[in-house]
Amino acid sequence: MRFNKKNQSNEVLEGDLTPMIDMVFQLIAFFMLLINFSEVDRAEDLMLPVSTLAIAPETRPDYQIILNLRPDGTVTFAGQEVEKIDFMNVIFRQEIDFARREGVTNPSDIAVVIRSHRDTATGLVQKLISKCQESELENFSLRVKDTPY
Amino acid sequence: MLLETSEPEEIKLNMTAMIDIVFQLLVFFVMTFKIVAMEGDFNIKMPLAAADGQSIDDLLPDLIQVSLEADAAGNLASISVDNGGGAQAIEGPFFGTVEKDGTAEVVPNDQAFASLTEYVERQLAGETNPDEPVETEVEFDIAYGVKYLYTVKAIESVSGRKLPDGSVKKLISKIKFRDRSGG
Repeated sequence: MRFNKKNQSNEVLEGDLTPMIDMVFQLIAFFMLLINFSEVDRAEDLMLPVSTLAIAPETRPDYQIILNLRPDGTVTFAGQEVEKIDFMNVIFRQEIDFARREGVTNPSDIAVVIRSHRDTATGLVQKLISKCQESELENFSLRVKDTPY
Repeated sequence: MLLETSEPEEIKLNMTAMIDIVFQLLVFFVMTFKIVAMEGDFNIKMPLAAADGQSIDDLLPDLIQVSLEADAAGNLASISVDNGGGAQAIEGPFFGTVEKDGTAEVVPNDQAFASLTEYVERQLAGETNPDEPVETEVEFDIAYGVKYLYTVKAIESVSGRKLPDGSVKKLISKIKFRDRSGG
């Protein structure tokens, strides 16, 4: 029996990779644009109240402080847990200082975003607000979830 | 001079390394990808009240006071509204339960809050004076224990109404809280 030597070439078979690479780059670009690195600011386990009338923030304020309030009265700020609302003064002082260095000289221009769990007592939210007011922070946003899921 | 006449060869790049890295990147982004729910804000500008002892009610005639009281479980027990002419109660029930993922979840009752919206609309309709528009303000007087979801629902009810065509009719944008912590 004779083998056909012509068919036994040593050439490597190579498919055309161009379309696959195109697609993969598209996918990477898609995920890169949508990735959200700001998760440290939001405590994902917090169940926000639902409201359909809330306005989605169009522009990011020059300086914002995101406070996550839980039903037990603990506040999570920038990944750091504060046991009591009474201790927030220190953080506010520090933040106002940071804001000043970034050019936001007036504390009332700092946006305070309050993300509170839906079952938190409103009294705790009010206590947090009055703590902010003591530090001359007066621009509040009560954050809610846009649609139920 | 002798020119080297070689046949034009096809240049082949080795793609293996690049594809390896690109797939690594893709896997990283796919794994870290998380769909986040859309969030919105209720903006409230609330400076510390001036300490001159003057009652705010004297300064602003167009003030509606909305009081929320809680039951022992933190659910809403009553809503009363007052535009200066005596308190008026809004009829309940103020909450109900819905079945969600096998557990009963307490949700505000839309009907009671719709009557709050209607009340605010009536107030605005009665007081509109085109020559001298006065912005009506709502002051919330909320008991300590009221769960935050009712507070948000009440703020939503006074700030606007969703019309059947999906657009929003804006009602009141100036909202403040009365501080009950001081007594």
